[in-house]
Amino acid sequence: MSVASGNVIRKYLPVYFVLLAIFLVEVFLSFRQLATGTLVVLLLLLAICSAGLGLMYFMHLAEERRGLFLTLIPVTIFVLLMMNMFWPDSVRLLHMRSPAQ
Amino acid sequence: MSESESAMHGQGALAEGSPYAIPSRKLTMWLFIISDAVTFGAFLFAYGYIRVATPNWTRPFETASVINVTLMTFVLITSSLTMQGAVDAAKAGDKPKAMRFLYSTMALGAIFAALHIREWFELFSRKITLSSGLFGQTFFTITGLHLLHVISGVIALLVIAGGYSRNRLTPGYVETVGLYWHFVDLVWMFVVPLVYLTNIAVAH
Repeated sequence: MSVASGNVIRKYLPVYFVLLAIFLVEVFLSFRQLATGTLVVLLLLLAICSAGLGLMYFMHLAEERRGLFLTLIPVTIFVLLMMNMFWPDSVRLLHMRSPAQ
Repeated sequence: MSESESAMHGQGALAEGSPYAIPSRKLTMWLFIISDAVTFGAFLFAYGYIRVATPNWTRPFETASVINVTLMTFVLITSSLTMQGAVDAAKAGDKPKAMRFLYSTMALGAIFAALHIREWFELFSRKITLSSGLFGQTFFTITGLHLLHVISGVIALLVIAGGYSRNRLTPGYVETVGLYWHFVDLVWMFVVPLVYLTNIAVAH
């Protein structure tokens, strides 16, 4: 039994090291003199890669029925994208305040 | 019959099997995780837009803070690995090993929280607080919410480990709390680049 669980830990070590490597790349990029927008986009892309690995392997979503993935993930992405539509409006409203405020 | 099989076929004649072939406890945790992800998403989107729309944004983090956050990230990712070890050992029926991994995960969670609080006190000493401006408000709200999740996770792990060690809870509970712990790790992967790494002090 303990041999089996030891093997499983070894199975997840590559994912663990990839996650650490992605983080180190993020730190490296943050010390480069990049424009804020470019830096945010690059860091977000790397964060999405990390999250995908965590979701699929540590949280075993890859091993569950595809129906679970299709029920949970597209809806979440849709809601997050809708937030992306709404938030620019909220920032625009900040700039619409009257000068007296 | 395993928990998954029970979930698939139902426990009784009138019970309907889960369409996802997972126990209802696990499905509930997934639904909680999704709703929590959307909550964090709202905070991070709000932060992102305020950050980009605000000229002269405070960038307080220097090399020492980056080293601290690197250490925090290392601790949290390692805790996900030990959590995975606990889940797999519990599923394999190796209770002593599962308990060792669970205690390791709790210890790593506590170390993470301590490093996090140390970072906060460092900012307090430089007069950056929740009320010191937009940076303070967004930073302490997002990292505070995450810290709350970590502390809740350590408490949940403690409760589940106690029940599992006394045979009151099945390995399925360890797996379910493991999902939550991995989620906390996953959120950190977005918090660090957006809240810390885009706010490193520019050398002049």
